[in-house]
Amino acid sequence: MAKYVVKRILLAVLTVLVISVITFFAMNAIPGGPFSGEKALSPEVERVLMERYNLDKPVPVQYFIYMRRLLQGDFGVSLKTGREISKTVFESFAVSARLGGMAAVVAVIIGVVMGSIAALNRNRWPDRLIIFLSTLATAVPSFVLATLLLLIFCIQLGWFPVFSTTNQNYVLPVIALSLYPMAYITRLTKTSMLDALGQDYVRTARAKGVPVVKVIFKHALRNALIPVITYVGPMLAYILTGSLVVENIFTIGGLGSKFVTGITNRDYPMIMATTIFLASLMVVMNLLSDLVYKLVDPRIKFD
Amino acid sequence: MNNEQNEFKKNPLGVQIDLSKFELATEEEKAQQEVMSESTTFFKDGMKKLMKNPLAVFSIIMLCIIILAAVVGPAVIPYEYSEMISVNGRRDKTAKNLAPFEWSKNEQKVIDGGEKLFPHILGTDEQCRDYLVRVLYGTRVSLFVGFFAALLVLIIGLLYGSISGYMGGRVDLIMMRIVDIIYSLPDTLMVILLSVVLKSTLAPAIEGTQLAKLGVNMISLFIVFGLLYWVGMARLIRGQILSIKENEYVLAAQATGAKSGWIIRKHIIPNCLSVIFISTALQIPSAIFTESFLSFIGLGVQAPMPSLGSLANAAREGMQSYPHKLVIPAIVICLLVLSFNLLGDGLRDAFDPKLRR
Repeated sequence: MAKYVVKRILLAVLTVLVISVITFFAMNAIPGGPFSGEKALSPEVERVLMERYNLDKPVPVQYFIYMRRLLQGDFGVSLKTGREISKTVFESFAVSARLGGMAAVVAVIIGVVMGSIAALNRNRWPDRLIIFLSTLATAVPSFVLATLLLLIFCIQLGWFPVFSTTNQNYVLPVIALSLYPMAYITRLTKTSMLDALGQDYVRTARAKGVPVVKVIFKHALRNALIPVITYVGPMLAYILTGSLVVENIFTIGGLGSKFVTGITNRDYPMIMATTIFLASLMVVMNLLSDLVYKLVDPRIKFD
Repeated sequence: MNNEQNEFKKNPLGVQIDLSKFELATEEEKAQQEVMSESTTFFKDGMKKLMKNPLAVFSIIMLCIIILAAVVGPAVIPYEYSEMISVNGRRDKTAKNLAPFEWSKNEQKVIDGGEKLFPHILGTDEQCRDYLVRVLYGTRVSLFVGFFAALLVLIIGLLYGSISGYMGGRVDLIMMRIVDIIYSLPDTLMVILLSVVLKSTLAPAIEGTQLAKLGVNMISLFIVFGLLYWVGMARLIRGQILSIKENEYVLAAQATGAKSGWIIRKHIIPNCLSVIFISTALQIPSAIFTESFLSFIGLGVQAPMPSLGSLANAAREGMQSYPHKLVIPAIVICLLVLSFNLLGDGLRDAFDPKLRR
């Protein structure tokens, strides 16, 4: 157990390190620097700026300087706005996290309920309807769904105001982000629930006279939920990447939009900070969901 | 004869032969032996199962319609995807943002004069281009990206996975650690970053070559696929090879002196073929998905070449007045992804040996 955990943590750290290297060298390979594009700066000013942000040094040296500061908790300042990046990242992450968290909770709750209903009504109309809808839902990319929702409910029907910082209505973005994971969880729960319902212990419990509701919730559902745990990591990754465009479509100033504008602005510290932050988040979530999965189900062996 | 036989006492340990077992079979008995179903191959059997699955048949028909429309459509319609509508050789500026089946003022004059023009079935876009042709061409681009990316993933994954699975030991360990790391990279972040990088660094490198025709964005899209998306396939193939290698028939083949080339060709490849085929089929919709996503955020194929994602993105600006321009490419993306998903599921049910009953 301990050996497995240590191995996984080492791999996670290595992954984040690889990501930081790729990102750093890749973004430096993009032609054009953070100070090109705007009004042409005089050569002296540019030289001073480059020196100040260590941009005149070779890229590997820059990388080590950056990483040393990062390990001390210093994300640096934005080359565009001059603001401290840690502040910007955490502020916009708060918005993204609220949106993503809501989407995740909605997806899990509705998905599990739908999946259980489908499994308990196997081959009857609720099952067919739910599976039909979830098949449809897995084919709709989140950005398509987001634009269509915006078109129908904000513009054509006018039921919801368009999202803005003063008026935060999360309903549509949450639907756009949660539909795909919801459909996936529905199908996952259905299969594992059917599997659990066919187990001997369920039959034994029924034979002993345990009420149906108790059998479903205590015996079947608890075991059926184990595979759902493994999907939590990939789901958060999906929601995070989905939020890159969904935030853009609904004009929510989250972390995703910071990443995209960072790239277009060549704001090196901003790109690094958002990438490392999001990547670490995903890696940690994946790690946690794997570990929890193995803890919850004693039948699974560690390799 | 029977009497003779009965005279022997049955000794349970004796090697007495029951002579009745050696009598000639009658014609009737011979005929019984021949009642067998027609011999069938794995492929035929799978196809039969596939054709019985209504969802799979629906998706095949849907895909045929879409592919046919995307291939034939642009050839039949007398407009080009990048061509601005012109009347009598002069650019027609009134043909901007026409509604479906609407004529521009200049075209109306020509038609009133007795000439026949091809209708703009889906209207025109903000640059006076026929929208149906753009949608069809965009579908073609998306399909091309989907197939080609799936092929690329298959080739890289097959090579990497089979080397890793076949070599085993330390080589396998190192190769799989690399896969683990690439697997846990947040793909969308990397895709966006890499497409931006490749887009600007590749442009000078391929200028003037055959590749330049495809466009930098398209090539960078394929490179990104080749760099990031093969890991799932490599893992799958390695797992397949490892498990097949352990089978008794492989051991038996080795014991009878078969060479490893023969074992790979005759035992390993045929046995993992269906699984590989199915996951390649499922790779296509995910490639279409990623391409439309990248095009949607402006990193996909290069203008004026349309793709379904970039069409949807372009239509966002005028979505209040021309909702159909957004809805149509969106529906085509969904239909494509849905059909490929259903087809992939159907193929898996029909061909995956583990699911066959």
